[in-house]
Formats: sequence, C-alpha cells, structure tokens
Amino acid sequence: MNLDFTAEELAFRDEVRAWIKQAYDSELKQLMSQSKNGYLDKAGQVRWQKKLAEKGWAAPGWPVQYGGPDWTPTQRYLFQSETAAAGCPIVSPMGIAMVAYVIMEYGSEAQKRRFLPKILSTDECWCQGYSEPGSGSDLASLQMSAVRDGDHYVLNGSKIWTTHAQWADWIFCLVRTSRDAKAQSGISFLLADMRTPGISIRPLPSLDGPIDGEQEVNQLFFENVRVPVENRIGEEGLGWTYAKYLLQFERGVAYGSLLRYLLAKIRKIAKQQPAGGGGMLIDDPDFRRRYAELAVRVEAVDAAEMRFFSGVESGTAVGAMSSLFKLVGTELQQDLSELAVEALGPDALPFVQDSFAEIRGRPASPRPIPDHVAAVTPLYFNYRKTSIYAGTNEIQRNLLARHVLSSAGVRG
Amino acid sequence: MDFDYSVEQDMLRDTLASYLADHYDFETRGAVVATPAGWRPKVWADLAERLNLLGAAFPEEYGGLGGGALENAVVMEELGKALVVEPYLGTVVIGGGLLKQVGGALAAEWLPRIIAGQAVLAFAYSEPQARYSLAEVATTATKRDGGYVLNGRKTGVTGGPWASQLLVTARSGEGISLLLVDADAQGLTRSDYPTIDGGRASDITFHDVFVPAERLLGAEGAALPLVERAADEAICALCAEAVGGMRRMLADTVAYASQRKQFGVALATFQVLQHRMADMFTALEQSAALTLVATMKLDRPAAERALVASAAKAQVGKAAKLVGQAAVQIHGGMGITEELALGHYFRRATAIGSQFGSTDFHLRRYADLSLADAA
Ligand SMILES: Cc1cc2nc3c(=O)[nH]c(=O)nc-3n(C[C@H](O)[C@H](O)[C@H](O)COP(=O)(O)OP(=O)(O)OC[C@H]3O[C@@H](n4cnc5c(N)ncnc54)[C@H](O)[C@@H]3O)c2cc1C
Ligand SMILES: Cc1cc2nc3c(=O)[nH]c(=O)nc-3n(C[C@H](O)[C@H](O)[C@H](O)COP(=O)(O)OP(=O)(O)OC[C@H]3O[C@@H](n4cnc5c(N)ncnc54)[C@H](O)[C@@H]3O)c2cc1C
Repeated sequence: MNLDFTAEELAFRDEVRAWIKQAYDSELKQLMSQSKNGYLDKAGQVRWQKKLAEKGWAAPGWPVQYGGPDWTPTQRYLFQSETAAAGCPIVSPMGIAMVAYVIMEYGSEAQKRRFLPKILSTDECWCQGYSEPGSGSDLASLQMSAVRDGDHYVLNGSKIWTTHAQWADWIFCLVRTSRDAKAQSGISFLLADMRTPGISIRPLPSLDGPIDGEQEVNQLFFENVRVPVENRIGEEGLGWTYAKYLLQFERGVAYGSLLRYLLAKIRKIAKQQPAGGGGMLIDDPDFRRRYAELAVRVEAVDAAEMRFFSGVESGTAVGAMSSLFKLVGTELQQDLSELAVEALGPDALPFVQDSFAEIRGRPASPRPIPDHVAAVTPLYFNYRKTSIYAGTNEIQRNLLARHVLSSAGVRG
Repeated sequence: MDFDYSVEQDMLRDTLASYLADHYDFETRGAVVATPAGWRPKVWADLAERLNLLGAAFPEEYGGLGGGALENAVVMEELGKALVVEPYLGTVVIGGGLLKQVGGALAAEWLPRIIAGQAVLAFAYSEPQARYSLAEVATTATKRDGGYVLNGRKTGVTGGPWASQLLVTARSGEGISLLLVDADAQGLTRSDYPTIDGGRASDITFHDVFVPAERLLGAEGAALPLVERAADEAICALCAEAVGGMRRMLADTVAYASQRKQFGVALATFQVLQHRMADMFTALEQSAALTLVATMKLDRPAAERALVASAAKAQVGKAAKLVGQAAVQIHGGMGITEELALGHYFRRATAIGSQFGSTDFHLRRYADLSLADAA
C-alpha cells in the first residue's frame, strides 16, 4: 500500500491546477462567491461547462469513444479534488452524469449520435423527470401516462422537483405505458423536447429565497404532449431497469473534496469574524473544537472514498458504498453549512434577496454583504435538500440495513 | 410549586389566539412581509386598543394590567405560533422592561405611550465587533450642554425601521450608559434591510446626535446590569416564542405524516419517522418547561437568573434546530418550499437561534457561571 502519487500523477495535478488558474476567471469566481447552491446562473454555468468541454475534461467518466478523457481512478480523484479545492462550480449532472450513461448503454445508434455530442458540448441542457406529486420515495408508483397513438406517445400528468427545468432543452422521464402488470413493469423511459407543446413549468420557490429565474426546482405539467416513439430508450416497459442503472451514477459522486472546500470557507469566516471580547473566532476554543470534530468526520469520508475509488473495494457492493457516501456526505454538507451560519453570528440575519442581482447591476439587499458572508445562510437553507434529493437519507439507511443484514444471510 | 396558569393568563392567551386566527393567517402575513413596510401598524393598534394587550405585563400605576414576565411568555408563545413579525419583543419586553426597571419620570412618561401603542421601540445594542457580548460597546456618549452627544454605529437592530424611539447603549467613561433616542433625531442615519425570518432590521449610524440629559436611563455609566437583565428577559420571551413555533412545526408534521402516503401506507407508519416525531416531542416539552422555570426566576439574584436563562436559551436553541430540521425532513420535497408555512417557521427558528446569543455562547456563559466557585 502507498499513499504517494507518482511523478506522472503529480504532473497531471499540476496541469489541472494551471488550467483552473486561467479558465476559472474572475467573473465566474465572483458569481460563484454569491452562489447559494453550488451552481452559477445559466449563462455562467454553460460558459464554464463549455470551457471544460473544449479542454476535453467535461465528462471524466465517459469512455474514450464518446469523448471521455480516459483517466485512471486516481486522475479522476485528483481532478475532482483540484476543482473542488478551487471552488469551481458543480457540473450539472443531469446530462453528462446521468442520461448520457443510459443512452450509451441502452440507446439506439441514432440516439447516441443525436444526443451525446450535444450533451458533451453543453449545447443542450437536460433535466430529470422522475418524481411526481404522489410519487417520491415510492418512485415505482408513478402515474404520468403515455398512451401510444401511431408513432407517438401522448403524455398526461405532472412531474415535480424538476431541477433547472427552466434551463433545460430536453427532459428524460419515466412514464407509465401500462397499468396491467406489477407497478415496476409498466414503466418506460422517454426523452422529450422541452419545447413540445403542452409542457408548462411552475417554479417552486424554496427556503433559500424567492425566485428570480434561478430557482432550483419546478413543477411540470404535461397536457397531451406528443413524443415520438423513436425517443423511447430501449424497450417499452423496461424503463425501471434503465432507471435503476442510472441511479448508481446519480449517487456515485465523491464528497471529500467538496467538504474540504466548505471547511476552508468556514476557516475564512472564522478568521474575519470577531469573537466578541477582542479576539477573532478562529482562536475561540469552542469554535475550534466544533471545527475539529467536523474536520475529522471529513477526513474519514475522504479516506473511505480514496480507498473505494482507488479500486480496493474489499468486496463491498458498490450500491452499499454509494448509499454510505450519500448518507455521510450529505449530513456533513448540512452540518458544515450549519457551523458556517453559527460562525457568522449576528451577521447571519440579513436576508439575501437575489444572490446574483448586484453582480448584474440590479438592486439587491441594501446591506452591502462581504464575500465571505454572502450566501452562507441561504446555503444552510438550500442544503436541507441534500438529505431529501437523490433518495432520502431514510431510504439510504433502509438500503444499507438491507445490505448489512443480507451480508449476514438475514432478510431485513 | 405551581405550574398552572391563572384564569387571567388563560384569558389573555385565548383572546390573542382568537384575534390572530381571524387576522393573522399565513397568506396575509406572507403578503404583508413582502410589502416595503413589512408590518401592519393596524395590527399593532388592535393589540393596544382592541385587546388591551400591550399593558398585560406592566403595573397598574402605568396603565397596565399588573402582570409581568409570565404574561410576556404567554403572549410570545402565541405570537410564535402565528409567526407574528410585529415588534412586541423590542417594544414591550425589552423597551418596556428597561423603563420598568428604572422607573421614575421616564417610565411614567413612556410606559403609558407604549401601552397605548403610540411608541414603538427598538433596542440598539449590537456593534460589528461585539458578536453577542453586551459589554462590547464602542459607541460613545459624551456629556455636553445638559445632555449627551452620541457617536458610533449599531448593526442588526431588529425592528429598526418601525421604531419611533431607540434604546441605545453607549460608552461614557469606563461604564455603559443607556439612552432613549428619537428615531428621527438629527445626525442619525438608518439603513434598513429584510431579515431571513421575514422581519426587518437596520444598521444605524450616530453622528453627533444630541440626546437631552433626561433621556438617560438609570445612572450614567451604570447601565450594564440593567441591560443584562433586559437581555435575560428577552431570552425568556424568545424561548417562549420558539416553543410556540415548535408546537406548530410538530403539529404540522404529525398531520402531514398521517395524511401523506408512500408505498401504500401513511408516512406515520414508518417507525424511523415515529421515533423522530417522538424526539421532537421530547425536545419540545423539556424546552417548554425550562422556559417557564427561567421565566419564573427572572426576579432572582442576577447570577441565578442568568444561569437559568442561559440554560433555557441553549436548550431551546438545540431543540428548535432538532424540531425544525426533522419537520423539514419528514415533509420531504414539500419541506423545502416557500409555499408551506413550515419553512417560514424553520427560518424564524434559525433566526431565534442567534438572537441574544447562540447555543455555544450560552453554554459557555452557563459553564462560567456554574463552575465559577469550583475553581
Ligand atoms: C432540491 C431537490 C431537487 C430534486 N431534483 C429532482 C429532479 O431533478 N428530478 C426528479 O425526478 N426528482 C428530483 N427531486 C425529488 C426527490 O428525488 C424526492 O424529493 C425524494 O425522492 C423524496 O420524495 P418526496 O419528496 O415525495 O418525499 P416522500 O417520499 O413523501 O418522503 C417524506 C418523508 O418520508 C420518509 N420516507 C418515505 N418512505 C420511507 C420508508 N419506506 N421508510 C422510512 N422513511 C420513509 C422520507 O425519508 C421523508 O423523510 C428533487 C428533490 C429536491 C428536494
Ligand atoms: C439492568 C436490568 C435490570 C432489569 N430489571 C428487571 C426487573 O427488575 N424486573 C423485570 O421484570 N425485568 C427487568 N429487566 C428486564 C427488562 O425489562 C428487559 O430487558 C427489557 O424489557 C427488554 O427486554 P429484552 O432484554 O428481552 O430485549 P428485547 O425485547 O429482546 O429487545 C432487544 C432489542 O430490540 C428492540 N426492540 C424490541 N421490540 C421493538 C419494537 N417493537 N420496535 C423497535 N425495537 C424493538 C429493543 O429496544 C432492544 O434494543 C431488567 C433489565 C436490565 C438490563
């Protein structure tokens, strides 16, 4: 065993660092300093992802034949650490890290040619239409109907919590093509153009502040929406299989480097925030202890991730590990955002109306907010989502319990 | 021992609750906090004139109903349940409380105006470098021409935009003085902004603001004990408000979990959610009890009063977080939306967490006070 990087790996790391230095320009940085959820506004997001694509680094996990960079697990780890440590925006996962894999695995040749290049170049943005008002954790109970009419499906129903639907050109969704069989087997996987007549969007303002085109989630309504049959992935009725295949990518993110970035943000706040009584918060023993407790938890996730991604999987099922990382990673995101708010003290109270307004020259909150303070409280509110989306943490614990018990030959 | 409310206290609660049920529904409140004004003077006038409520906690000699801290707790709990933004805390609990402490001509002049709803007060004590410390005051009050000249800056003054008068802490010599200042005094500039809980606050600069000598509360340089007591009273009131908010969050969560179905059954049938609701209940009940104990001890000697006030604030701070976070989680995606009242209660609970000292701050104050003679 050996923790050291090879000379080639170090050279790769330096290349990534140098690239970030010039590509992550001051305008993007300024937008990011105000971000309450890790994303930029749409224009910024597209600009960033296009820069990555031009360098050939937009899709680290893709096979070379579709434009992936052919990295080793260590290179992927280094790339993620470097971008996270620099505070770069999150790459929107719906296209590159989700639907693309389903298209590669189960799509037709025509679908691959049609969609993959535009996903890679960010010329087309995607959203994910799984959840419905009545179907969240119990996804298989979904009701949106797709009735065959010649060479089209006619869609009726509603999708909810659709992240960035207002930015999306395409949506991939699960629809019900049959009500006869067991819930899971009547589901199909469709790709729909968001400009198809009959699709309407209702923004859902959330806890972190009112909407201004930057809302994260939406409800969608489908009224007699006609989708060509050729936009179906694979076979009719096998959508559940494809959706399950996709899930392992949805949950397969590494948290360690992002969490380290949040720790760095907290240190920055603590250095600039007076403790009351003369000193700064960074020297306050109570703060230091809470910081250290969280930092040790981050070390533990990071170590487990390095071990996992370097291929020493010690026989544990991938699904169980991705549930484990989702669980501890998101709980740490929440706890770190909470400590950041508390580190601000009374400065956590002003409400940030629209995080990007000032940058765009529109009036924002009348109180000038320094960068290290901006978006800290909205992020805490925003991060309540992390234990809910991508399968709630209760559901992850159920999955982990099933794994622990079944490894011992017990049925949970 | 007796933890029962009196008949009058029950009546006070019922009167306020039924007024709020009629005039303070969640939609109306949402529309009001989104306006530039951000509050309703009409509601304030109703509390004063129709309900005679602003006098509940004051002696009869000032036109009050003879109550005290427990009446404030009853009122604040109901205001917490309805997420009321109008400034009862700043005006009645803190402003009125300080005037009651000093008595004399100032109290005789201003308490009747507060009770009548004519004077709205805000407490301007916090400064950029102070964090939660009441003694960290850099604003100065210099004696001149039969009065004081104020210079300095206060931040995060809750209810600042609505106030007709401000209670301002300022350093004079070695000590801290407390002055009642007209909000439109010459040399005073205010910058107002919305807060995360739907309220309003101001940052205020004083540039040679002249305050007549008779507007000094207590003796010059001797205001710190007054202010410390007022802060403990504010803490008890805030804890009561948080208890009201927690009751509402738990009730909403139980109702949602009983009605929402996944996997063919109500969410409430999942044991892990049942246990979480049990934990919410446990945290809430202990908070409610400790808040009452702290409220009843507000008249005890300073060290004893401060110890239990800090205990209550630390307990309530932790509990409000636990209850709020669990409530959002059990609501799933619905929990993160602005549409439900829940998220707004969660934001108010978060704000209360840092008003008059965070949980960490009060744990330390508790340790300092309780371990003082163990060393
Ligand atoms: C910010 C955000 C972005 C999202 N983005 C998308 C998106 O882009 N596309 C998309 O399709 N969906 C998206 N979602 C939806 C997300 O996947 C669902 O919110 C999630 O699956 C939970 O479903 P629900 O909200 O209906 O909650 P429910 O399923 O109603 O759950 C409510 C509560 O009950 C608990 N619970 C449910 N079942 C069980 C059980 N069996 N045992 C124990 N506890 C249980 C849950 O853990 C939760 O605490 C997003 C959600 C959020 C919050
Ligand atoms: C120090 C000590 C002194 C005691 N003294 C006495 C005594 O004086 N007289 C007497 O009669 N008994 C006594 N008891 C026994 C005590 O009441 C039992 O141990 C207790 O009721 C638990 O029963 P059990 O040990 O059979 O555990 P089990 O009932 O087998 O429980 C094992 C685990 O399963 C959990 N579990 C069980 N049912 C559920 C459920 N429905 N949902 C979720 N989790 C569940 C339990 O919480 C526990 O974690 C004593 C026990 C101890 C440890």
